[in-house]
Amino acid sequence: MGMTMTQKILAAAAGLERVEAGQLTEAKLDLVLGNDITSPVAIHEMDKFTEDRVFDRDKIALVMDHFIPNKDIKSAEHCKCVREFACKHDITNYFDVGQMGIEHALLPEQGLTVAGDVIIGADSHTCTYGALGAFSTGVGSTDMAAGMATGRAWFKVPSAIKFNLTGKPAEWVSGKDVILHIIGMIGVDGALYKSMEFVGDGIAHLSMDDRFTIANMAIEAGGKNGIFPVDEKAVAYMKEHSKREFRIYEADADAVYDEEYTIDLSSLKPTVAFPHLPENTRTTDEITEDIIIDQAVIGSCTNGRMDDLRAAAEILKGHKVKKGVRCIVIPATQAIYLQAMEEGLLKIFIEAGAVVSTPTCGPCLGGYMGILAEGERCISTTNRNFVGRMGHVKSEVYLASPAVAAASAVTGRISAPAELGL
Amino acid sequence: MFKYGDNVDTDVIIPARYLNSSDPAELATHCMEDIDREFINKVHKGDIIVAEKNFGCGSSREHAPIAIKAAGVSCVIAETFARIFYRNAINIGLPIIECPEASKGIEAGDEVEIDFDSGVIYDRTKGTSFQGQAFPEFMQKIIRAEGLINYINQK
Repeated sequence: MGMTMTQKILAAAAGLERVEAGQLTEAKLDLVLGNDITSPVAIHEMDKFTEDRVFDRDKIALVMDHFIPNKDIKSAEHCKCVREFACKHDITNYFDVGQMGIEHALLPEQGLTVAGDVIIGADSHTCTYGALGAFSTGVGSTDMAAGMATGRAWFKVPSAIKFNLTGKPAEWVSGKDVILHIIGMIGVDGALYKSMEFVGDGIAHLSMDDRFTIANMAIEAGGKNGIFPVDEKAVAYMKEHSKREFRIYEADADAVYDEEYTIDLSSLKPTVAFPHLPENTRTTDEITEDIIIDQAVIGSCTNGRMDDLRAAAEILKGHKVKKGVRCIVIPATQAIYLQAMEEGLLKIFIEAGAVVSTPTCGPCLGGYMGILAEGERCISTTNRNFVGRMGHVKSEVYLASPAVAAASAVTGRISAPAELGL
Repeated sequence: MFKYGDNVDTDVIIPARYLNSSDPAELATHCMEDIDREFINKVHKGDIIVAEKNFGCGSSREHAPIAIKAAGVSCVIAETFARIFYRNAINIGLPIIECPEASKGIEAGDEVEIDFDSGVIYDRTKGTSFQGQAFPEFMQKIIRAEGLINYINQK
């Protein structure tokens, strides 16, 4: 019986010839990640260790991104705690205001995540790096503390679901539409405890940014990780961004999967997840009623990359954000911000009547920078539309691609780009 | 006993607007706030939470099991747990157990007792019992050590 891609990476990291689904293993870690919300809890846990040290100062990444620049005094205290810890242990990859970006956009861009890695992060969207052929998964703060101290973590080897992607997506259909379609199909616990392995000739038509978006939302189907094979595009991305050696693992031909799905990307349409679960999906042509919006958010670890900003700008160019709608654009990293500036995208956003924020997770989790009042409705390129996620418990979040969010900002109601003649 | 349905996410267990704190006692005062505003006024030490599928889905925030534990809850029974919540609960020593039958059979107000070694859940009010999923030995060791860090220290 063969192994899946994820199983092969875990076997290698555990120093084993082979592993099977359900087996408990201990794996060596290539990177341990935390942010300004989860790291303080981990740092507090570190105090319980008999030895006051980290396993490798180069293999820990601390990214201040959720409530940064500090939104209030308590957030400032959290960041101070992490800053002092980073200083004390001389952590190489500590990112504060000026260098920081949204962690899951920042780390691949900085070359810290490559194929074959085993990565844990005290943030559920750590699964993003599967786009590069790494095994990466979200954990809590105690696992992060144990990882920082020992460089190891325990894993139950997951079984897998195979998603065979074929065909080429139509214009304005992006990675976001692919993953929303999949979550709508299998549900928010459809991949519980499992790997989501993406294969097929359709992957060649997906940019790296599309793949990051898809892997990023594996957690919204309950997945342990999402993972892509390493093709020329992935290799080119890693060579551009990283000096690290990478290891390419391929699933065995006789690997066993719990379920297999084939998805023809050319048949997909712009897709929106209605409140209050990411599985409540409808394609834009299935929406017959007018869904009036108060806010549009374009950003986050899911959709704050260059492809996303370019798509939004292409739609907003020459248009105005509808009066009464607040449109908030958040480039995910400083490099993306700069690139967007050089390409003239920021000018387009500002001329259209949108605001452009410094990198932050801010509104996605109802932190700051775009909180909703009672009864307000937002179309957002973020990843969760749970009750109260972006603010008041009686507010609503609709999840969509940057193209749909931008088109909706212009019309003032949930709209496909086609409504603008695009 | 508090009963909830499917997909209770960590945002409703502890909304992110309170994540500027990591103090368990402070987090506990907002536990379950966005799904059940009365929870914190009604909860007593030793109470249990019973839920259906995918309890603790969403954000990895360990603040969620920390808030539940600090609110005095002694155990969470669910049909299934989201995996990060499951790990976190074990790692911080919050007892949890998966049991679809108990999740359906236990009603609000019932007195419940759990044997974690065998995984058997007793509903003392109704006189019924359910076989839950007992933890593998490795996880029992972490729980007995009262958390992952103590377990690693003992090794």
